Amino acid sequence: MSAHELFILNNEIITDEMLSSDEITYSSLLLDFVRYNKRLPGTKIGCREGDCGACTVLVGDLVNDQLDYQQIVSCLTPIGNIIGKHVVTIEGINREQLTPIQREIINEGGTQCGACTPGFVVSLTGYALNNDVVGPEQIIGSMDGNICRCTGYKSLEKAAISILPMLDSINKTDTLRIQGLVENEFIPDYFLEIKDRLINLNRNLSRKTELHKSSNILIGGGTDLYVQRAEWLTRQSADFLELKESSSFINHENGKVVIGAGITSTQLMESKVLTDIFPNIYKHFKLFGSTLIRNIATLGGNIVNGSPIADMVIFFLALNPTINLQAQQEKRSLNLRDFFLDYKTLDLKEDEIVSSIDFSLPPDNGCFNFEKVSKRTYLDIASVNSAFYVDFDATNTITTAGLTAGGVAPVPKYLTIGSEYLIGKQINNQTLLNLLDIVDQEISPISDVRGSAEYKRLLLRQLIIAHFITLFENSVHIEELIA
Amino acid sequence: MKNIDSYSHVRGESIYVDDIPVREDTLFGVVFASKIANGKIISINTTNAEQVDGVFRIITDKDIPGENQIGSIFPDEELFASDKVDFIGQPLGLILAKSEKIARDALETIEVEIEPEIPVVDPRIAADKGLLIHDPRTFEIGDISASWDNCDIIVEGKAESGGQEHLYIETQGAYAFPIENDAIKVISSTQGPTQVQKALARVIGQPMHKVQIDVQRLGGGFGGKEDQATAWGCMAGLATYITKRPVKLIPNRLEDLRMTGKRHPYTSDYKLGLSNDGKILSYEVIFYQNSGAAADLSPAVLERTLFHANNTYFIPNMKATAYPCRTNLPPNTAFRGFGGPQGMFVIESALAHAADVMQLDRDHLQKINLLDEGDSFHYGQVAVNPTAKRTWEEAETRYNLLGLKNRLQQFNAENVNFKRGLAVMPICFGISFTKTMLNQAGALVHIYMDGSLSIATGAVEMGQGVTTRVAQVPMKLFSLPIELVKIESTNTTRVANTSPSAASATHDLNGRATQIACEKIKSRLITLSITLMGLDETAEIIFDESKVRNSQNDQTITWKELILEAYLRRIDLSAHGLYSVPKINFDTTIEKGSPFAYYSYGTAFIEITLDCIRGTYVVDHVKVVHDFGKSMNNIIDLGQMEGGIVQGIGWMTSEDLVYDDSGKLQSNALSTYKIPDIYAAPKEIHTHFLENAENEFGLFKSKAIGEPPLLYGLGVYFAIRNAVKAFNPKSKIGFMAPITPEKVLLNLYDGLTLRSAKRMDNSIKIPTN
Repeated sequence: MSAHELFILNNEIITDEMLSSDEITYSSLLLDFVRYNKRLPGTKIGCREGDCGACTVLVGDLVNDQLDYQQIVSCLTPIGNIIGKHVVTIEGINREQLTPIQREIINEGGTQCGACTPGFVVSLTGYALNNDVVGPEQIIGSMDGNICRCTGYKSLEKAAISILPMLDSINKTDTLRIQGLVENEFIPDYFLEIKDRLINLNRNLSRKTELHKSSNILIGGGTDLYVQRAEWLTRQSADFLELKESSSFINHENGKVVIGAGITSTQLMESKVLTDIFPNIYKHFKLFGSTLIRNIATLGGNIVNGSPIADMVIFFLALNPTINLQAQQEKRSLNLRDFFLDYKTLDLKEDEIVSSIDFSLPPDNGCFNFEKVSKRTYLDIASVNSAFYVDFDATNTITTAGLTAGGVAPVPKYLTIGSEYLIGKQINNQTLLNLLDIVDQEISPISDVRGSAEYKRLLLRQLIIAHFITLFENSVHIEELIA
Repeated sequence: MKNIDSYSHVRGESIYVDDIPVREDTLFGVVFASKIANGKIISINTTNAEQVDGVFRIITDKDIPGENQIGSIFPDEELFASDKVDFIGQPLGLILAKSEKIARDALETIEVEIEPEIPVVDPRIAADKGLLIHDPRTFEIGDISASWDNCDIIVEGKAESGGQEHLYIETQGAYAFPIENDAIKVISSTQGPTQVQKALARVIGQPMHKVQIDVQRLGGGFGGKEDQATAWGCMAGLATYITKRPVKLIPNRLEDLRMTGKRHPYTSDYKLGLSNDGKILSYEVIFYQNSGAAADLSPAVLERTLFHANNTYFIPNMKATAYPCRTNLPPNTAFRGFGGPQGMFVIESALAHAADVMQLDRDHLQKINLLDEGDSFHYGQVAVNPTAKRTWEEAETRYNLLGLKNRLQQFNAENVNFKRGLAVMPICFGISFTKTMLNQAGALVHIYMDGSLSIATGAVEMGQGVTTRVAQVPMKLFSLPIELVKIESTNTTRVANTSPSAASATHDLNGRATQIACEKIKSRLITLSITLMGLDETAEIIFDESKVRNSQNDQTITWKELILEAYLRRIDLSAHGLYSVPKINFDTTIEKGSPFAYYSYGTAFIEITLDCIRGTYVVDHVKVVHDFGKSMNNIIDLGQMEGGIVQGIGWMTSEDLVYDDSGKLQSNALSTYKIPDIYAAPKEIHTHFLENAENEFGLFKSKAIGEPPLLYGLGVYFAIRNAVKAFNPKSKIGFMAPITPEKVLLNLYDGLTLRSAKRMDNSIKIPTN
């Protein structure tokens, strides 16, 4: 049997034979492969849970004939999720001379102990490769998954901002952009041939299989599974959502929105379709994980993980969606709010996988808000999160309402009684006060490391008030609610 | 000058312990540790683990050829627990296997039986039970009991500050190799190479010369690898000594979090007395330090808490007592600030309390009590050229404190959902190891015959830029470019008997030692130059841009020619220098003396915006005037400043270290222990270097900078507290750091109820004090 080319690591083709001689399987982690098998020690190990970004690498993929790069954490990425792609480590970015990113980090004193530095360089290079908005906010945002414990963030910000003018002058379309980045010494010139090499490689690689489960374990982005059970998982034979046909799509037709389970957080927040419906989706999704996680975390994974605090679930649950399940032969649909039976217990059969969710919207889309509070605003798990969807008739009477809350019950909670109460009501202080009283009886928070039960109860109250203040600024006032 | 490590850092080419290519015969170690916080060991059964394919050997206390002891200040810490366990994560033994994976498989099969006893995790309970690391210590000045009668205002209360996890990005670790004749070389991620050497020699029962410790650099230390690195170096070295094989031992993040000690949590009682015009007359404070299960560095940390109990204020009558409380937590240890921040938090809290009572801004009290020339600290040292007032006044004018306050008041008057809070944070930090003996350092300088230099010191590079500063010494003395200077790894065979890289003193000590060694060679080179140029002995020789010249006739000799000539004439081109800090002293029998070479001072303004609906906050800006002395390296100093501030803010806000009653760490991963990310850093940090601040006691008139900036972070607590009170004047918000969003929200609505939902609010318990 001749070797099959599976992916490109920096400038090197990796074949299945190379993997098997190193005892690497599709379930093995990319981080271990690059560090210990390929001896590329520039990719550091910080936490192995996607929370520090020391292991950041870039993954380039062909999307609609464009070569698209994203920065990801290699500590939670199985080999199975990079088949047919281009993986770039810090060693694959290094040129003989420093790149402008490396140079500016040095000039601004943006490196102290150095352990996090390669991750920052890779993230900023990823930004240079894939951005379509050049601005301070975006480039600083590209480092939102990288932790520097010497806490040299201010100098890293300065370094990032100082490369913006150079990036601004580089063309946006992929081929020309890569050429521009090579010419401006951001990346080595082997990048120029990667697109053709990937096209070639993928031609000989039948990587997409049907959308159903063929092994006991199905991995989406891996961002939760590999945090919880990495040692066990790496020894299992698993199945990868990434290798399935068409599970990442968003359709909006005739007032119905359908979202595939394989879609990533990044794809959701950057979706034009969803931005039309949820104008603040980008801002809201910014609160979920980090760029490094959002680039790989899937909607399906967030749902089946069953966490009572699942951000994406809490977000969409307010629209009371349907979840669509697929087994080898059969399909089944049910209300998403009925899918969560108890703590981490789902109405999901052994051979079923989540294929999509869908929800209907009135023509005017209604009003939507999302709130989340955690110990640290970004890259943290919520103490409590909540979404609120509401629509009115011509007399400003509520016709549709969906209120959700995470962290206050064993499951992501659709607040049924509270939501129903709102139908037929007007927005005012009294409606809100009554709603708060109802919701308070609907929840059952427990004390844990994310907060005491008392706090979570108070916090949800406040987040509901925040929904009202955000959506109906002049209709409610905190000073009129409390005494 | 840029950090000399930065080139390899940005390319990912800097080497840390885990990056060293692994020798083929290497064994990988995984520690098996106690899952119980307090109890007697009944049995440890490793039989099944030994059967796992690929497991080479399992080592426990019974295999130790020397002494089972690694305690540095007191011998109270075993390497492997022998008959009693004192904290969760305490090592019981080491599994050695041909891969880490196999060792981890074996870990699951080890059976440990422990007869549990009730653990103590609360330092006050420990103190009640007499569980102390050593006797309490008291520093005292004036007549405290008589002084209360003279006070117009007296406030009393409690202040608490939480622990802090170091979270160096590179975890602990060591890689040990056998050398012939039973000697061992250990590449260790440690701030204290000599500490590891000494402890390992003791464990294997060999003289120290059999053990060589080498440190290239650390991926972060922050105090967490001062004493806490010792166990890992010793376990790897012991395993190599026993097996004669290389042994690599690197805990994963969860193990590191669970097994290693952290910043000491403190709970303290204060009593502060002032005159009507705000002068501090009396201060009494009792500190309960949560020391953990063994001494580690706790006695020294406790001492620094006592030294810094007054922060930067002159207090005529003062009594500070501290109890090192033995609890069933991992031995707590050094962390940037070393007990100082904990001490200062209490006096700052007491001043905030007094300001509340006196209905004025805290900064009024802070300002009028700042240290002045000739003021005595409570332990007897006299303030010489203190820049407390200078930095305050400079900050007040430069950043317009009055304008900041006015704008804040206006904002708060116009907004309900958001409130701003401002705090002023003046600091004072003593520079030196308080253990006088440690204030020494050695350096070894070689000039090779081609004119290039190799410098070895006892300093460990961990991001603080010490190697860059050390490199600046010969550059300055010989007027040479950086290309000619190389700083070697820190190795106990090159420089012996090193003090740990700690106490902000590393570059002062090691830079001075390098200076002394360089001066020795320099005087030989001057003599040679005089001879070569045919001058009389008093002629002035100037080192100028890789040349020497004389001031009389402008004859020059290039550096390279001079060095080659020195070699040919058999002149010694190597020298060792030892620097020991002059004059410092401290007598613990009377708790008086002058332990510090000098002090670091500065003043910061911290402003935050509080979201009063959600209980969240952002730090808008930190504006600092700091006394850096005559800065040797602005870029490195600024990095230390900004990094220290953000680390201090983390400690005061999101870094919530939680142990449960069984002694188990709840904030046990990066998903539950939150250090600042890029958005948690202040939106702006302005740093002004105080002008005309030459420091005659520092390296080239500079001042140490490692720890002091962390103290500015304390201000954020009081800024947030002020904003809470602006929203809810009834709030009883006390002093209990970190001030997490949870504490903020509960305090924001303390005493406030919903108009129609009183039932709910009655069930809410508000944590005050």
